[in-house]
Amino acid sequence: MIRKSRNTTSSKAPAILAVVVLLVVWQIASVSGLVPRYMLPSPVDVAVAFVKDAPALWENLTITLQEAFYGLALGVGIGFAFAVLMDAFEILYRTFYPILVITQTIPTVAIAPLLVLWFGYEMLPKIILIVLVTFFPVTVGLLDGFRAVDRDAVGLLRSMGAGRWQIFRYLKCPSALPQFFSGLRIAAAYSVVGAVISEWLGGFGGLGVYMTRVKNAFAFDKMFAVIFLISAISLALMALVDLAERRCMPYRHLQDKH
Amino acid sequence: MEKLEVRRVSVAFDGRPVLRDVSLTLREGELVCLLGVSGGGKTTLFNVISGLLAPDQGQVFLDGEDVTGKPGRISYMLQKDLLLPYRTIQDNVALPLMLRGIGKREARAQAAALFPEFGLEGTETLWPAQLSGGMRQRAALLRTYLFSQNVALLDEPFSALDTLTKSAVHRWYLEVMERIRLSTLFITHDIDEAILLSDRIYLLTEGAIREELAIREPKPRPADFDLTPAFLEYKRYILERL
Repeated sequence: MIRKSRNTTSSKAPAILAVVVLLVVWQIASVSGLVPRYMLPSPVDVAVAFVKDAPALWENLTITLQEAFYGLALGVGIGFAFAVLMDAFEILYRTFYPILVITQTIPTVAIAPLLVLWFGYEMLPKIILIVLVTFFPVTVGLLDGFRAVDRDAVGLLRSMGAGRWQIFRYLKCPSALPQFFSGLRIAAAYSVVGAVISEWLGGFGGLGVYMTRVKNAFAFDKMFAVIFLISAISLALMALVDLAERRCMPYRHLQDKH
Repeated sequence: MEKLEVRRVSVAFDGRPVLRDVSLTLREGELVCLLGVSGGGKTTLFNVISGLLAPDQGQVFLDGEDVTGKPGRISYMLQKDLLLPYRTIQDNVALPLMLRGIGKREARAQAAALFPEFGLEGTETLWPAQLSGGMRQRAALLRTYLFSQNVALLDEPFSALDTLTKSAVHRWYLEVMERIRLSTLFITHDIDEAILLSDRIYLLTEGAIREELAIREPKPRPADFDLTPAFLEYKRYILERL
């Protein structure tokens, strides 16, 4: 009567091993003098720089995270609104979808300086840039989800007397959750990168600004420390999205419950 | 009195007639089958009866009231169980009540009261993916029943089940029907199933009712009914006409 769920948790051991091997090779290459040490600091050097520089990194990190958070929240909100409107009105879909695709072909590095010129060096241009890069995956994910809804399920709900809003609330919205979370995962990663790029191209604080500073000082170890921090933050954000996904869709992860 | 009456319904898609002057009736507590080959307009007829599709001509009456083109009155169950994967069984089953504006707690309570009757006790908080095909079909049927205790339209409800599960579900269904007295109109292309379950059978070919046939065997029918000469006589009769 109750189907046994398949256990799909795969072992992460090979990936971890590969990373460890890479770090060891890197350490050897750097310490042995194969590559000049000032150009390629060893992983240990990077770790030391990370610890020494922790207060400055932390301070800049909070700025970057703030921008990423506001940008992502706004981007998701706007992405959701676009998706709902374009799903509800076919004419809006046909009018604006091509434009949305075009916006995604514009390189971020090209518009970031423009945004700085228009909106200054404060937080606003950064948030705008993040919104521009994050709304799209959310909109596309949701639209795909809304459109993939089983027509028979729509018919069933209509036969039960459901109106448009009820079909949206009980059928379309929850059905689109998997696609929404795929989009959100991408958007979360983009939000951190977007924040760093826009800081890099003009700002008073944040990891991007810090990077330009250590780059100008040729402090390679600190450069690497920031790079690692940025990827760690992106990974952490994506993990957070995964956690939220598991929370919202326990039925997709049944092996956890049994 | 007639529970449901379909009066002279015709539907055409792009000028091609799909239903031609179809009339049928369903009496209180009756189990009536529409038997015909696939693509014969059976599903279109159900869309008309459930109000999802307005016919070009004709009317549908429920308890004497004209319900043509008005969805939300007659419940409809499809071949696919269409249980929503993101709702627990109790929330799936209670969905029609919630759509009617009944609060979550009250809807769940009303649904829970019927779980034993449908042999679903213990599945309330499980997800649809955790149930077998037969159990899912029961849940879908309970949802149909909760939506309307009046009339149920079942569109090939058992065709997705394997043969053994199917005959178990048939027996179970006839038992439940005896108790809840739901008037049912169901579609099938399985002649055995039609003879086994129905009080009357309408033969539908090329969008028109060709013949109405009463199965005059007392219910509940014995387990080996499909091996009796009477059964085979019905079957031969139907095969000659389809």
